[in-house]
Amino acid sequence: MRFDPALIIHHLPSILSGLSVTILTWLIGTIGAVLVGFVIASSRRFGPRPLGMALGAIVEVIRGTPFLIQLFLLYFGGPYIGLFLDPLPAGLLGLTVYGSAYFSEIFRGGFEAVPVGHIEAAECVGLNRFQIVKRILLPEMSMLVLPSAVNMAILLIKETAVLSIITVPELTMIVSAIGSEYYAFVESLFLLALFYWALVELCGFLGRKAEEKLSHFRLSAS
Amino acid sequence: MSHPAVTIRGLHKSFGAVEVLRGIDLDIPRAQVTCLIGPSGSGKSTLLRCMAFLEETSSGSILIDDAPLGFRTHADGSRTRLPAADIRAARRKIGMVFQQFNLWPHMTALGNVSEALKTVQKLGRREAEDRAMVQLKKVGLAERADHFPSQLSGGQQQRVAIARALALEPEIMLFDEPTSSLDPELTGEVLNVMRALADDGMTMVVVSHEIGFSASVGQKIAFLDQGQLLLTGTPTEVFGKPRHPRLDQFLETYLDRGAAMLL
Repeated sequence: MRFDPALIIHHLPSILSGLSVTILTWLIGTIGAVLVGFVIASSRRFGPRPLGMALGAIVEVIRGTPFLIQLFLLYFGGPYIGLFLDPLPAGLLGLTVYGSAYFSEIFRGGFEAVPVGHIEAAECVGLNRFQIVKRILLPEMSMLVLPSAVNMAILLIKETAVLSIITVPELTMIVSAIGSEYYAFVESLFLLALFYWALVELCGFLGRKAEEKLSHFRLSAS
Repeated sequence: MSHPAVTIRGLHKSFGAVEVLRGIDLDIPRAQVTCLIGPSGSGKSTLLRCMAFLEETSSGSILIDDAPLGFRTHADGSRTRLPAADIRAARRKIGMVFQQFNLWPHMTALGNVSEALKTVQKLGRREAEDRAMVQLKKVGLAERADHFPSQLSGGQQQRVAIARALALEPEIMLFDEPTSSLDPELTGEVLNVMRALADDGMTMVVVSHEIGFSASVGQKIAFLDQGQLLLTGTPTEVFGKPRHPRLDQFLETYLDRGAAMLL
């Protein structure tokens, strides 16, 4: 077996299509996970206690089981409860649910890290509850959670590879199919590693840029 | 004497089983500086926080300008909690300055001072910032208006916090150990701002370990011990000899904080 770059060039169109599906599922899945995660964290903080406890239990289950199993259950087990999903929607839903559990914990930590005194100061100058959340809590929280949120987004890039097992035509599925067809396993795996690494670096770079932009907000010792 | 700015009657406050304030009766005179002093754990910060409604009292009443703060007390002694809007209205007369400054780190000095003018008083951005600048000038920080809290020294942060409270034109300013988290060389600038405010005739309540400041600027001293008001009076009455033995004991621990002049 020898490394054959021509193989990559020959299949470039389908590789690029796989790459775009990967990026798309990652973007939609991450945005969905951030939104749902935020709703979970807010409900746990501001909502009634039983709701918070129920959501806490769900988060524990999602964090306590492998993404692969969750995806299998959703795709192959879904029809048993009347949930028939095509691979792509199933993948997006799975990614969103999985990511939201982690994001909700990140946001929960963020809410708790905002010093109580900052909220008290806002109460003292007359801001109401809604204004406090919008003007103080959310902005402060978002800068506190940025590093861990970027980290989670990076993890989700790599988790998109799992979607290949339910035949979502993303990068891993396309490239490993090419690899199997031509017995070019080394090339395909090498290429895959390279692509994911590049995506992760890009995400990390954007995260660092955002952090730099926010660095002057950084909480002082108080 | 004119009507007190704050009237506190029979105030009790417990945290769980611990009773921190045990029946406080205190009048805060208008246009004067009242200093709350006492050993740590005596309840002086809690009392101040009750006046800002940051702590809900367990029983008793606080009147701000004759309007009840937080609870309405009925003839039979029972209390009803007032609606949130009423509480915000009563609080509007009060400005609070914290030990930890509590500036919002994502806003500049100007942003911190103008925030409530924009969101609460609904002023336009230009007008809110003009009014905020007036307050920043007053505390000597106009040229730092566009700095974020993390770019300011502790003393400057506390002066911004004072400007933030002043921007809403409160009738009463509460200071909760305003210099306790500052390096000694930075306390002077904050105390100077407070002195200037006192000279302007602002009603002030100050919880402070700066005994020297309390004795020289304070017009009324309230000495708390174990949740009770042990002594109240003018600095001469409270600090003059013969002194209450408990106060003597307390002052001895403060020799290095400017209390030496009193002993």
